[in-house]
Amino acid sequence: MALFGKRRGANKPTDNRLPVTRRGAVLLGVQALVAGALGWRMRQLQVVETERYRTLAEENRINMRLIAPARAQLFDRNGEPLAINTRNYRVTMVREQAGDAEAMLKRLGMLIDIPERHRRRVLKEIKGKSAFVPIGVAEHLSWEDFAEINANAPALPGIHPEVGLSRFYPHGEQTAHVVGYVGRVTQRDLDRITAAGKEPDPILQIPEFQIGKTGAERALELDLRGTAGNRRIEVNSVGRVIRELDRSEGIGGEDLHLTLDLEMQKFCHERLGDESAATVLMDVRNGDLLAMASNPTYNPNPFVLGISSREYNSLLEDDHRPLHNKWASGMYPPGSTFKMVVALAALEEGVIGPGETVYCPGHLQLGKRKFHCWSRGGHGWVNLRKSLEQSCDVYYYEIARRVGIEKIGAMARKLGLGVDLDLPVAAMRSGLIPTKAWKRKRHETDWLVGDTLNSGIGQGYVLATPLQLAVMTSRIAAGNMLQPRLIRAKAGSPVMAKQPEDMGIDPKHFAYIRRGMFDVVNSARGTARKVKIKDDEFRMAGKTGTSQVRNISKAERARGVIRNEDLPWNRRDHALFVGYAPAENPRYAVAVVVEHGGGGSKAAAPIARDILVKTRDHFGGGRSVPLEQGQRAPNDAASRT
Amino acid sequence: MSSLTVNAPVNLSLAQKILRLNWALILLVSAISGAGFLMLYSVAGGDLEPWSGRQITRFGVGIVIMLIVALIDIRVWRWFSPVAYLGAMALLVAVEFIGTKGMGAQRWLDLGPIQLQPSELMKIGVVMALARYYSVLDSDRVSHPLWMLPPLVMIALPMLLVLKQPDLGTALLIGMSGGVVMFLAGVSWWYWGTLIALGGSAVWAVIESKGTTWQILKDYQYRRIDTFLDPESDPLGAGYHITQSKIAMGSGGLSGRGFMQGTQSRLNFLPEKHTDFIFTTLSEEFGFVGSITLLALYGLVLLFCFGSMAINRDRFGALLIGGLSATFFFFWAVNMAMVMGLIPVVGVPLPLVSYGGSAMLVLLLSFGLIQSAHVHRPKVI
Repeated sequence: MALFGKRRGANKPTDNRLPVTRRGAVLLGVQALVAGALGWRMRQLQVVETERYRTLAEENRINMRLIAPARAQLFDRNGEPLAINTRNYRVTMVREQAGDAEAMLKRLGMLIDIPERHRRRVLKEIKGKSAFVPIGVAEHLSWEDFAEINANAPALPGIHPEVGLSRFYPHGEQTAHVVGYVGRVTQRDLDRITAAGKEPDPILQIPEFQIGKTGAERALELDLRGTAGNRRIEVNSVGRVIRELDRSEGIGGEDLHLTLDLEMQKFCHERLGDESAATVLMDVRNGDLLAMASNPTYNPNPFVLGISSREYNSLLEDDHRPLHNKWASGMYPPGSTFKMVVALAALEEGVIGPGETVYCPGHLQLGKRKFHCWSRGGHGWVNLRKSLEQSCDVYYYEIARRVGIEKIGAMARKLGLGVDLDLPVAAMRSGLIPTKAWKRKRHETDWLVGDTLNSGIGQGYVLATPLQLAVMTSRIAAGNMLQPRLIRAKAGSPVMAKQPEDMGIDPKHFAYIRRGMFDVVNSARGTARKVKIKDDEFRMAGKTGTSQVRNISKAERARGVIRNEDLPWNRRDHALFVGYAPAENPRYAVAVVVEHGGGGSKAAAPIARDILVKTRDHFGGGRSVPLEQGQRAPNDAASRT
Repeated sequence: MSSLTVNAPVNLSLAQKILRLNWALILLVSAISGAGFLMLYSVAGGDLEPWSGRQITRFGVGIVIMLIVALIDIRVWRWFSPVAYLGAMALLVAVEFIGTKGMGAQRWLDLGPIQLQPSELMKIGVVMALARYYSVLDSDRVSHPLWMLPPLVMIALPMLLVLKQPDLGTALLIGMSGGVVMFLAGVSWWYWGTLIALGGSAVWAVIESKGTTWQILKDYQYRRIDTFLDPESDPLGAGYHITQSKIAMGSGGLSGRGFMQGTQSRLNFLPEKHTDFIFTTLSEEFGFVGSITLLALYGLVLLFCFGSMAINRDRFGALLIGGLSATFFFFWAVNMAMVMGLIPVVGVPLPLVSYGGSAMLVLLLSFGLIQSAHVHRPKVI
């Protein structure tokens, strides 16, 4: 039937070959085309583009990994350790070996204490990283805990006890501001480097690398870090190391001995007690910074591995600001401690002679304004010596007016104020010595004579850090441009102190100033007579200072608020004192600033006296024999290396 | 009985049969398999374990099977075709319920010493059944819609079952094998044209529907296509295999890195290096020279099969040879195209070379059938 199609006649032989063969040939043709396309593609990959793929293959395989050398260590001048690398017993976990990470952590938690936030961090990190990357679980384990984990190793697959190196500060609290601390590299650190126009060293990418964050650790980062070594390794496609091809060890940084004397440093902190204060002690003969204490202080060790935000916040909220480095960054009006600068400038310019007198009736009238002296009744006739001894403000208003702010500024800079010092101190500020140009730029008004008068007594715009004040005092005591230094020796070999430049100032003028400073402490009417050292061989010379945090207004004066004790703590004046000893042959200079301490003679001078007395006892007494730069007396305790 | 059946010569002696074997094909198949043994040795890191040795063993067994099958009269196979088809179908159904999962897809029947992959048997079953069908059918009725239904059903059913596993690759290959037999049998050109047009519009529809509510394919399937079109866009994800494969092949260069020097493969950059991507390893180690040679060997197999088909006047035999050799072609062409990044990853092994016990046996079985058709071809009068 037609519905089922035509049917050929039965029994007719058919040659089936032709149609099938023809179609077969068509099929073969198609197959040949496909094979041709495949062959062409092979050629493209393996002949034409082979170089490109060769390179990609190489990149797959060879990896360069950096090896971080051990960080150089810091010591005080006598070899006491300040920043060292300790063995850090730690535990890491490798997810693919541990299997169930949470369960393994729980098991581990039965042996050692794992705080909840650590646990959470570990679980979070595990999710983010490849299964074979070890994740740090616990650091700084005790030997006992470490041993216990090792003993239980078969029950803890994927848990790896390791011994690593971590930074430790044995005298953390005393040296926190000088030494600083290290921590993990953050984006901020990297940004800071690129902002300075440099490429961040690839070693910073190593996960557990510790970079200096504050203090000498930061300022001397490149010296301490050394150079990374590297190893070339062959990896498979998931980054697992198959074998190491070659290796070159890095070069460690050089251990550094600082000029710091740990015992003096400890003493300074103790002596500062509960005060919000700072002190700097320098060696006048070679510029060594023997102690730099900022109070209150803090323990830097928790910062190394990551301080808890609770602890950190409590440090931030403390109104005595323990994290703030007061001797490097604290900028205070120097007050009367600035008077030596003004006096020197005036002497050098010849606008006043040492015997010339100025009359102080208790104030100086400038136009409509009265510039008060601290002594209401006035000092009467005042010469240079007396002006320092009794710290007469009117004298200094007068001579400041005569010599002018520019000359005062120049002298200040010579003595180390208002300039940057070349020291590995990350937090260093340069204070402020104003000029006419500065005021025009900063406040967009002209300099007034009244500003000069205020500068004359170390108020107004003038600002200095305790470090700078110590340098100033040392330079006055030494009579030359002594350079402060913090590094005593590198890799065991001493660093020679630079020969100080001459300042081009008449030594007689220095002598007059020093005599005045001697009287401040040792004469019957000196403002600091109460702290006189009763040792003829070791007398102290110095200068008190009181710097106003705010002006006591006329209204307040009328109300009877004229004394600092009447003001709340954080509005009281700062107390300052600078001094040196022995007066005849200066060896040590000290600057003390007590925030909101009130009067310089009452709050700061006793501290300075005690510190200098301590140097006498600690370093073996004063000598009248002058010494070469950098040289130490034979039986000097400080000559121990 | 249909008059289209041409009488095959009766009573060939064993010796005569052996002489009539297509020795060229046997040599080619052995050579290709030999390349496989070499590569499996290499990717195991210079070890006969765990792959090369077993492959050799299976090859040995397979050759024996092939010869046995070859020496059995083609008429037996012709009679056996429906049984083969239905048997394979039964196994396919069985594997749905009692199959063991392999690689995420139900494919295997664990029968102790061997693991049976029913979809492999189905490939042969379809070809045999269709060849039988068309050897019976009047050549005039071949293109008639009514008479096209049975073959289409015979193809569609196994395809659906295999698709359910899910094994898209094998399903498509079954469809194509069946289609080839239909093509060789003489189904009208019009159908093929329409099919191509339909296929083209289907592809267009799939692409256009992406992102709309009518989306045809699943998201991951679209991603596969995207990755295929640009493997570098997802170098560690789906595009990883292809990228690594191309790198490995390309780095082989003209003469390759040398036997056992395939670094990409050795270091695990190349996944599935003993199965789907074994061709890549060969290309890496033996370079362009090696890959072209292998391509040529495969091509020669096709050529000799064509020749065998051309001189075979028995319709069943010719269609059988044509269908089975085309199936063989599809597998290696798809695999090579895949590892070279020409088509998306579909998980198709390289026949005779990739490691895979049942695949090897089934292949040699089909070559046995080809040989049988060849040996028992009608003598030209």
